[in-house]
Amino acid sequence: MDIRAQVSMVFHLDKCVGCHTCSVACKNIWTDRRGTEHMWWNNVETKPGTGFPTLWEDQEKYKGGWVKKGKKLTLRLQGRVRTLTNIFHNPNLPTVDEYFEPWTYRYDDLFNSPEGHDQPTARPVSQVTNRPVDIVSGPNWDDDLGGSAIYARNDPNLKSLTDEERAQLRKLERIAFFYVPRICNHCLNPACVAACPAGVAQPGAIYKRGEDGIVLINPEKCRGWRMCVSACPYKKSYYNWATGKSEKCILCYPRLESGHAPACFHVCVGRIRYLGILLYDASRIKETASVDDAELVEAHRAIIQDPNDPEVIKAAKANGVSDNMISTAQRSPIYKFVKEWRLALPLTPQFRTLPMLFYVPPLLPVLAAVKDGHYDIAGVADEELRPLLGSLDKLRVPLRYMASLFAAGNVGIVEQVYRKLIAVRIFMRAQRVKDMPDAEMQQILAQANTTPEEVRAIHHLTAKPTFEQRFVIPPLNREMAVEATVDPYQHAHEAGFSFRKVIKRR
Amino acid sequence: MGWIKDMVNPKLRKWEEFYRNRWQYDNMVRSTHGVNCTGGCSWMVFVKDGIVTWEMQATDYPQLEPNLPPYEPRGCQRGISTSWYIYSPLRVKYPYVRGALLDFWRQAKASQPDPMQAWASIVEDETKRTRFQQARGKGGFRRASWDDVMEIIAAACLYTAKKWGPDRVFGFSPIPAMSFFSYAAGSRFLQLFGGVNMSFYDLYADLPNAFPEVWGDQTDVCESADWYNAKYIVSMGANLNMTRTPDVHFIAEARYEGAKFVVIAPDFSQVSKYADWWIPVKAGKDTALWMAVNHVILKEFYADRQVPYFVNYLKKYTDSPFLVEMVKDKEGYKAGQFLRANRVARYKDVENGDWKLLVYDGQPRMPKGTIGYRWGKDSGKWNIKMEDGLDNSPIEPVLTFFGAEDEIAQVACHEFVSGQTAYRGVPIKYIEADGQRVPVATVFDLMLAHFGVGRGLPGSYPQSYDDTQAYTPAWQEAHTGIGRDTVIRLAREFASTAEKTEGRSMVIVGAGANHWYNNNLIYRGPITALILCGCCGRNGGGLNHYVGQEKLAPQAPWRTIAFALDWLKPPRLQQSPIWHYANSDQWRYEGAFSDYASLPPETRWAKGHCIDLVAKAVRMGWMPYFPQFDNNPLEMVRQAEAEGARTREEVSRWLIGQLKSGQRHFAVNDPDSPENWPRVWFIWRANAIMSSAKGHEYFLRHYLGTHTNTISQDAAAQSVKTVTFREPAPRGKMDLVVDINFRMDTSALYSDIVLPTASWYEKNDLNSTDLHSYIHNLGQAVPPVWEAKTDWEIFKSLAQKVSEIAPHVFPAPVRDLVTVPLMHDTPDELAQTQVCDWAIGECEPVPGKTMPHIHVVERDYVNLYKRFIAFGPQARQDGLSANGVHIPIQNFYDDLLQNSPSATPDPWHGRCVSWDGQKYPSLEDVLDAANVLLYLSPETNGEVAYTAFKSEEKRTGVPLADIAENTRGVRMTFGDLTRQPKRLLTSPCWSGMMNDGRAYSAWCMNVERLVPWRTLSGRQHLYLDHPYYLDFGEHFVTYKPKLDPQKLGENLYSPQDSQSVILNYLTPHGKWHIHTTFMDNDRMLKLSRGIEPCWLSESDAERIGVKDNDWVELYNDNGVVVTRAAVSARVQPGTCMIYHATERTISNPKAPARGGRRGGAHNSLTRLRINPVTMAGGYAQFTYGFNYWGPTGMNRDTYVRVRKLSKLSW
Repeated sequence: MDIRAQVSMVFHLDKCVGCHTCSVACKNIWTDRRGTEHMWWNNVETKPGTGFPTLWEDQEKYKGGWVKKGKKLTLRLQGRVRTLTNIFHNPNLPTVDEYFEPWTYRYDDLFNSPEGHDQPTARPVSQVTNRPVDIVSGPNWDDDLGGSAIYARNDPNLKSLTDEERAQLRKLERIAFFYVPRICNHCLNPACVAACPAGVAQPGAIYKRGEDGIVLINPEKCRGWRMCVSACPYKKSYYNWATGKSEKCILCYPRLESGHAPACFHVCVGRIRYLGILLYDASRIKETASVDDAELVEAHRAIIQDPNDPEVIKAAKANGVSDNMISTAQRSPIYKFVKEWRLALPLTPQFRTLPMLFYVPPLLPVLAAVKDGHYDIAGVADEELRPLLGSLDKLRVPLRYMASLFAAGNVGIVEQVYRKLIAVRIFMRAQRVKDMPDAEMQQILAQANTTPEEVRAIHHLTAKPTFEQRFVIPPLNREMAVEATVDPYQHAHEAGFSFRKVIKRR
Repeated sequence: MGWIKDMVNPKLRKWEEFYRNRWQYDNMVRSTHGVNCTGGCSWMVFVKDGIVTWEMQATDYPQLEPNLPPYEPRGCQRGISTSWYIYSPLRVKYPYVRGALLDFWRQAKASQPDPMQAWASIVEDETKRTRFQQARGKGGFRRASWDDVMEIIAAACLYTAKKWGPDRVFGFSPIPAMSFFSYAAGSRFLQLFGGVNMSFYDLYADLPNAFPEVWGDQTDVCESADWYNAKYIVSMGANLNMTRTPDVHFIAEARYEGAKFVVIAPDFSQVSKYADWWIPVKAGKDTALWMAVNHVILKEFYADRQVPYFVNYLKKYTDSPFLVEMVKDKEGYKAGQFLRANRVARYKDVENGDWKLLVYDGQPRMPKGTIGYRWGKDSGKWNIKMEDGLDNSPIEPVLTFFGAEDEIAQVACHEFVSGQTAYRGVPIKYIEADGQRVPVATVFDLMLAHFGVGRGLPGSYPQSYDDTQAYTPAWQEAHTGIGRDTVIRLAREFASTAEKTEGRSMVIVGAGANHWYNNNLIYRGPITALILCGCCGRNGGGLNHYVGQEKLAPQAPWRTIAFALDWLKPPRLQQSPIWHYANSDQWRYEGAFSDYASLPPETRWAKGHCIDLVAKAVRMGWMPYFPQFDNNPLEMVRQAEAEGARTREEVSRWLIGQLKSGQRHFAVNDPDSPENWPRVWFIWRANAIMSSAKGHEYFLRHYLGTHTNTISQDAAAQSVKTVTFREPAPRGKMDLVVDINFRMDTSALYSDIVLPTASWYEKNDLNSTDLHSYIHNLGQAVPPVWEAKTDWEIFKSLAQKVSEIAPHVFPAPVRDLVTVPLMHDTPDELAQTQVCDWAIGECEPVPGKTMPHIHVVERDYVNLYKRFIAFGPQARQDGLSANGVHIPIQNFYDDLLQNSPSATPDPWHGRCVSWDGQKYPSLEDVLDAANVLLYLSPETNGEVAYTAFKSEEKRTGVPLADIAENTRGVRMTFGDLTRQPKRLLTSPCWSGMMNDGRAYSAWCMNVERLVPWRTLSGRQHLYLDHPYYLDFGEHFVTYKPKLDPQKLGENLYSPQDSQSVILNYLTPHGKWHIHTTFMDNDRMLKLSRGIEPCWLSESDAERIGVKDNDWVELYNDNGVVVTRAAVSARVQPGTCMIYHATERTISNPKAPARGGRRGGAHNSLTRLRINPVTMAGGYAQFTYGFNYWGPTGMNRDTYVRVRKLSKLSW
């Protein structure tokens, strides 16, 4: 066992508001500089939809992530060995069309226009050329099914459905959408790290931090080859055109180091985000990333270790994981959602980077039927009044679509999640309203493979968690890191006394 | 051996300082966003190098009950984009004046140093006036100094007061709850000056008229945490993700607490993603669905089987058991007014007997709590105990006469879609009244007949749910598109959940429902269901409307400061919808309202042109209107006094004589005559010319006198009877428009003067909302940037300028004649049992009874500034009041006088000022004002709450002071609020019970403590017996179809070709802005489409050959909008949506449909329609209150043509 600590995340999509407050928080603090106009370290996508950059999931196009060839695991972009020979030719980058041409407006014209015959207006202009621009794409272009006929229809995950099922999704009876906020997954098997050619010998410019697993690009080492941009299947590495270096989500490590949740977590007004430590067995990364598609989620769960297991604790300590870090891992909400309750799933695990951000998939409304021009909710005429909250077979949840998104096509895994989510709701209603006989309740719990105790725990962390329960911030003991280069006593009195450094273009 | 190596080498990681440096900051200051969004979110603003860099939410709200989820964090994508504005290129940094005007001013001043005469030389010269009016909105701004602009504005105000009257100076600023004192700055100035504040909640169509109709209250709703207590939640016309972004987590969480969530919305709106059921009702037809829901509830939970909880609730808390007099009509009976107590021998001589009502328990009985008790001398009986007001004996009222009736009467039930009147059997009794046998029925029995629930009674009742007679589940299918089975099951689930939980079924409702012409009926649909299921006044239940942030919690001291009631009463407060309808001449473009409104076959008042009914409502004292008369009110008092009038009564008599003889007229009778024009208009915290301008293009034409894209033509000449129709209509009524703003929005662009104001991170102020129960502050993170000043400082310096010039104009105090309509929460509620119009000889004009009150107020322009900064003695004398509750404050006022006078702000900001030998609590600094407010408010000072409850105990005769006993020691200062948001205290000014962390929910105090609702019966009203409501056929909730676009006359002159499609134009609240704020913000524009597009259904787009992101033109006779299309399967065919609200300032090309002039924005396509029934006045809950009662500026019934834009031109 090679037990390490990883800061991990859960996004509960059933609670997501789709508000993008997270995106703006990140933009305000990190990517509001020249060269970063197109960067959205955190973005929110409407599904079905094509996302940002458009069609990022289409690895035929972008060649991101890993592929399994027999027993071998290689970067889809190219074998690791070939990286260096091929650095001058990388055709798999998103273009400005696939991001968007950043724009602003001639706001000044509202103040400065001389008196004329008509009203002045602030025209959109390109932030690149400063010339008038026709806005044809943006970082959230297909929001709320805008342009559904063009964008939603081309969602790569829809390939798992039949033509008829796809057409149905656009009708009143079945239409639905939900939101997927995305940040860097801080993967266990990050393709960006593997693809970085910056160092002639390892390590390259990209690395995973030893203490918390955060994946960072060192701008001092980055030479702008952009292999990480291609290799990341989530397109969460961006090239800064002003500095000639790549940048990505840093999980707000300066905030984590001082006890704050990352900005996008702190501001999440849907309270959908959770953060905590997971302990995992690093010796099994390659083997885990190499199983067949259908087994990826189970294997991913298996690599995560029980923080209360004495063997695991021992191995962690042997690796220098501190007592405080272990006790943080024991309180981790992520461990509960991912491992104990099996409710949170990795995004597109088929890309085999072992992402450490997990999603609870969303519930959606009950289906309907339209007859003689009248819309009726499915089953209202023949069902008894109980249960009020619908059953999985009647929800507008295309299971194969969800399986494509969260389980590499394994429908059974997604189904288990939904059964449990529904059971939580029905159980809690029965407790409060007393509108269901106990025997029936027991049956529902059994089908969902859960117990009243587990349901109550899930209910609490879903419905009523406090800030401190959602974000269990690891102790990062910065003094120990600082100590490696300077006495913390000295650092306390000198920190910040320096000239601010701007990363220059090479 | 790992596959990917982790990095620990500290040397290679030294660069990590790069991002750490960015995260560093120098200051973190609590503030919030003073924007009309109801969020009331507490934020921390980060300052680095003296520059605001970013903001993040505060997460330190005190926890409520432990079984509720916490509030943190509150704040949305828009709020967090605010920091972009502070230093953006859109920021107004200096005062600006339109060049054309500034040139005239400088010329005039060069030859004429007296500012009054300089101003006169410009506005009295028609060429000059037209010149700068036509330049409005066309660029040509110039920077000017604060001294210069203040002089122009002060001169314009004083000139107007002298020449036309101070009631020609207007100010518009909405929603004080979002920044109390920024609003109060302008209103305090205006009211001391004699100017007029214009209402907003009604203009926005955010005022839910059904609240005053049913509950006698403006709006009272639960805080969002209480959603979590609900077990069945229906959302209707509300898009909680979009508009209640910081609160919607309670919905997601309530679902895991076992609540079912049903969304009724025409499109698959964002909130539908949370829904268990999505019910895509056809736009604007929700009432039909609720009529059927109520039909099912009445049949299954009242007729077939009785639920004790429901029956007891109806008897105790509603008008259901009250007796209604039956009136003979051609074929049977129709329902009339409530039978009044004094018509029965036993109660013949009771005080206010016309205003006390009867129930039946074997004989007619007169319970306590009706409105006659509210204003009687016989105090202590205004409570809703079911006891006889005569002898305190208990009453056991019957709900129904069924089985004990004297007769089954056939009663007329009118249905407005078919226009058919059905006669249905109702059990009635005869009662001895006025010596005759008077037929009466209970409200409950009439309601069953109205909803078509037959109980085996004879008459034209539907036979089953499948019968298509009104109002069965089968009947509604044709209107809503929703199948009967869904509606039946919705009703059963809704009611059975309420039965099992004693009322924890809830309806959340919003602008999508409230912005229709028949909005009051749309709301009464679910209200009826909620009342029938005992859900109102219960945590987790009730109708919860969150549109427009009306809840300024410490209302009592605030309104005293804001309207300068500490110096002068009464204030001039205008109902904006009728005012804009008259003054922006929108009335001229329509004929009789009966052409398009659904009305019963025979009506007495419901006919003719709406402007005539407006004029009638004004002269009868139902609605306010300023200017008051076709003469300067200062001049009128002078003349009355010259003719011998000495007292207020004598001035009144003089005025009535003048009106009767036709020498003076109400200004509303001739809105286009120059002496009746509004002249000066202040706009602050508002976008009055764009997002609030229902009928924007008419504003441009008639107020501003500049370019416009309306092509409508006069249509009123034939149908107007009493109001003067002048030709041609005047253009450019306003002499001066002043906009106070931090961004160059459309209103700023079209104003004459733009003043730079502090943004929300540059000032101190207070904020409250109805979505949570805390009060917190706006805080100054950095001083106002560039030349900006806070609103408080701007109006203070204007007051100073006015006082400086005043000695030349009004050297001594002058007397001003002020008219006020019959007011809610005053004895005026007992003014008129019938509709009597003195102008046509139906009665005598009696101020305060049959016409407005007439007051004489002394204005002291020389001391205006000194009064502005001092909390005046009238407050000590009169006490405070809010929502009908009176609070004596002598002791508290005297406490404040203990503070020392000081020239500089002390750390506590509780100072006094003194002038002319008198000492007053200071209002000089906004922090002084905030601390005065916090000290005097029952919501923030426990001892004031205790005092207020004591005072209420006397009026109601029920114990209340115990509610405040445990919190008497609580005090709050501004400093406290900067450290943490504080939870408000339970207060008699509101109806929620929130002790010990209990979530606020409306009417709990009424239900638990038997305090009456402020209505005719003192109970919740299912039946409205005002003669207007009977005449308009709205005594019960009924379904009136949405307005027929063919009859509205808004598409008469626009091209009607095959390239366009006509669609219902919906403007729901948007995702990327709060009204127009943030609509121009770089962040929000980038995350959307760089423009606010027009959402079209895939089928409608295909019909006109439009693809996603194509440019389109939307037009009708009102105006035109050019934008891009967002084509989506989630939009209902037949409708299009432009999310409220847009600006003309951003990415706005030219519009070929109007000859290549630049297009407008969302309100270019709308026009005001006044629903006259909501002007009813002088009668119990139907009495005027500012932002409380009156017609609303609804605009959902608008239709537009949409076509692809062939050629784009800028």
